[in-house]
Amino acid sequence: MVVMKMKFPFAKRVKLAQGLWLLSWLATVAGALTFTLGCILKTELRKRAEAMDNTEIHAVPNTLMVVGLASLAINYFAGRICQDALDATRFPRWKNMLKPYFGVACFFTALMLLAVIMSYAMKGNLEASLKIGLKNGIRFYKDTDTPGRCFQKQTIDRLQMDFQCCGNTDFKDWFEVQWISNRYLDFSSKEVKDRIKSNVDGRYLLDGVPFSCCNPSSPRPCIQYQLTNNTAHYNYEHQTEELNIYVRGCREALVNYYMGLMNTIGAGVLSFFLLQSSVLASLRLLQTSMEAVAGLENAEVETEGYLLEKGVKETIMEYVDPVLKFLMLNQVADGEEQAATA
Amino acid sequence: MAVLRVKFTKSKRDKLAQVLWILNWVSVLTGIILFGLGLFLKVEINKRWELMAERDVHYVPNMLIAVGLVACAINFLGGKICYDCVDSAKFLRWKLILLPYIVCTFFFTFSVLAGALLCYGMRGELEDALTLGLTQAMRFYKDTDTPGRCFLKRTVDLLQIEFQCCGNAGYRDWFYIQWVSNRYLDMSQKEVVDRLRSNVEGKYLVDGVPFSCCNTYSPRPCIQDQITNATAHYNYEPQTEELNLWMKGCRRALLDYYTNIMQSIGLTVLIAWLFELSVLMGVRYLQTSLENVLKQGDPDSESEGWLLENSFAETARSNLNIIKNLGKCNQIDTADNGDPNIDVPSPAPSTAHYGPDNVPPKEAAKES
Repeated sequence: MVVMKMKFPFAKRVKLAQGLWLLSWLATVAGALTFTLGCILKTELRKRAEAMDNTEIHAVPNTLMVVGLASLAINYFAGRICQDALDATRFPRWKNMLKPYFGVACFFTALMLLAVIMSYAMKGNLEASLKIGLKNGIRFYKDTDTPGRCFQKQTIDRLQMDFQCCGNTDFKDWFEVQWISNRYLDFSSKEVKDRIKSNVDGRYLLDGVPFSCCNPSSPRPCIQYQLTNNTAHYNYEHQTEELNIYVRGCREALVNYYMGLMNTIGAGVLSFFLLQSSVLASLRLLQTSMEAVAGLENAEVETEGYLLEKGVKETIMEYVDPVLKFLMLNQVADGEEQAATA
Repeated sequence: MAVLRVKFTKSKRDKLAQVLWILNWVSVLTGIILFGLGLFLKVEINKRWELMAERDVHYVPNMLIAVGLVACAINFLGGKICYDCVDSAKFLRWKLILLPYIVCTFFFTFSVLAGALLCYGMRGELEDALTLGLTQAMRFYKDTDTPGRCFLKRTVDLLQIEFQCCGNAGYRDWFYIQWVSNRYLDMSQKEVVDRLRSNVEGKYLVDGVPFSCCNTYSPRPCIQDQITNATAHYNYEPQTEELNLWMKGCRRALLDYYTNIMQSIGLTVLIAWLFELSVLMGVRYLQTSLENVLKQGDPDSESEGWLLENSFAETARSNLNIIKNLGKCNQIDTADNGDPNIDVPSPAPSTAHYGPDNVPPKEAAKES
C-alpha cells in the first residue's frame, strides 16, 4: 500500500529538482533563524534567572538550538542531493546514505514540532517556577549582608522597575514579609517594639512597599508607607488609588512577557517546520522517481514517485527493527555466552 | 613642476579606474552611514526635547544628514564616471565635467571635515541647553495638572531611573524647589504652614527627594525624606552615606551620554573624510593621466598623472587671477568717467606690433 503515488514526466522531475534546490536554501536560512531564535530566548530567560526557581523552561530554547543546527545540516545535504539527482552518474553515490538520512531528518523535524508544542504547553511550568522564585526573592530582599543573597534586593528592585510590577501576586505580598533588615531598625523605639510583638514570628511587618513599586506616571509624589491608612496622607483614598504604585503582580508580568516571546517564536518555528517538511517530502519524491530511472537507457521516461513504499506502520517497523535488533542482539549474545560458560 | 607626478601604463590606468569604481561604491555606502548617523543623533536629541531648553543644537545632525545625502550623490556620479573611464572613447563624454566635478568634490570634503569638527564642538551648546532645560523640568515637576507640563514628572522620574542620576548638579537641587504640589499638602497642619512661612516665596521646601533618586544598589531601604537629619533614621550618617541615593547629577549624566555618541560619530565622520579624500586623489590622477593620453594621441601609451600641474604657489596664483578676472569680464576701463567714445591713447610702447612706421610703399611705387 503505497503512500502518495505520483507520476513524474521528465520535465516535471527537472522542475521538482530546481524547486527543491531553491526550497532547500530557504530552509537552510530558516534553520539558521531557528538557532538564532533559540539563542535569543535562552538569553532572555537567563537575564531573569534569579526570579525563577528551576531551569526546566530552558528545555524549549535548548531544543530550538539543537533543531536549528540539525536543520542547517539536513537542508545543506538536501540541496546537494537534489543537485546530483538529475545526473545519473553522480546520484548512485548517495544511495546508501539516503535511508539513514531520511530517518534522522524526520526525527529532527518531529523534534521541531515538539519544540513548538512545548513553547505553548510549558506555561504552567514557567508560572510555578516564577511563583517560587519570586516568593524567595521577596523573602530574602532584606538579606543584603548574607552571602549568596546580597543581590536579591537589587534584582527585585530592577525587576519591579523594568516590568512595572509590584510583589508576587500583587503589592500586598510585601505586607506579609519583613523587607526591612533588623540592622536598620531602632529596637529602643516603642513603635518598632510594638510591631514586632504584634505577630507570632516576631517580624517587623508594615503596610508599606519598597520604592521600586512606585509608579512614575502617578501625578503625586509616591506614597510608599502606610498605604492602607487614609488619614496618614492628605487627599488619599487607598481603595480608589490606582496610579500611586504598580498594581500588577510581577509573576503575571513575567509570564505575559515570556509567553508573548515564546508564542511569537513558536509561530515562526511552526512555519519553518512546514517548510522543512515540504523539503523532505519533495526530496523523497525526487529520490523515488529518480531511482526508477536508474539503469534505464532512456533517462527521460515518465516514472512514478511515492512517499512511502509500504504503509506508515510497516515503514516505522522497518526503521525501528534494526535498532531493536541491535539491542536484542546484545541480549542474545549474553545469553549464549552464559550457556557456553555454564 | 608638477605635484606628485606618477607614470601610468595602460593596464595601470585601467586597474586604477576599476579600483576607483569599487571605492566610489564603498563611498556611497559611507554616505549612507553618515546619513544614518545624522538621523540617529537627531532622534536621540529629539527624544529628550523636554529636557533641553531652546538652543540651536539641531544644526549638527541636520548637517550630517545633508552631507550624507550629498556624498551618496557625488560618489554615485563618481562611480559612473570611473566605470566609463576604462574605455577612452567613453571618457570623452565626461572630459568636460571631470574637472568641475573634482573641484566640487574637493570643496565638499571640506564640509565633511566641518561636520566632523562640529560634532566635537557641539558640547558647549548642549551643556547650556541641558542646564537650563533640567532646571525648568525640575521646577515644573509638581505641575502634573497643568496642560503642557503634565508629563514632566514622568519624564524626570524615568530619566533619573534610567541614567542613575539625581537633580541637576546633584541631589541637593531638589531641596531648593517645591516638588510636592499644593494639591497634596494639608494646609491645616502646623508643619506645612511653618515650612511655607520659612522662606520668602512661600514655597514648601523639604530636605527630601523623589523616589526616582533612590539607588537600587543600596543595601538598606531607600531614605527619601529628612536626608540631612542623622537622628531621623537609625544607623544613618548623611555625610558618609553614598549608596542611598544616586550621587551623579543628571546634567553630567546626559552630557556624558551625548558626548560619547558625538565622539563616536565624529570619529566615523573623520574616517569617512579621509576615505573621500583618497578617492578624490585617485580620480584626479585618473583624470590627468587620461587627458595626457588624449594629448599624446595613442590611447595605449604610457602617460603621466599628477595632482597639480604646477607647484602649489603657481596654481594658487593663477586661480586667484582667474577669480579676479571673472569679476572684470563685464567691466570697461573706468578712466574718463568710463565713456567708451573718448580715445585714450595707450601708454608707449604700444602693445600691438604692426611693423616699423617708415616702410616705403614698394608695390604702389612699382605699379605707378
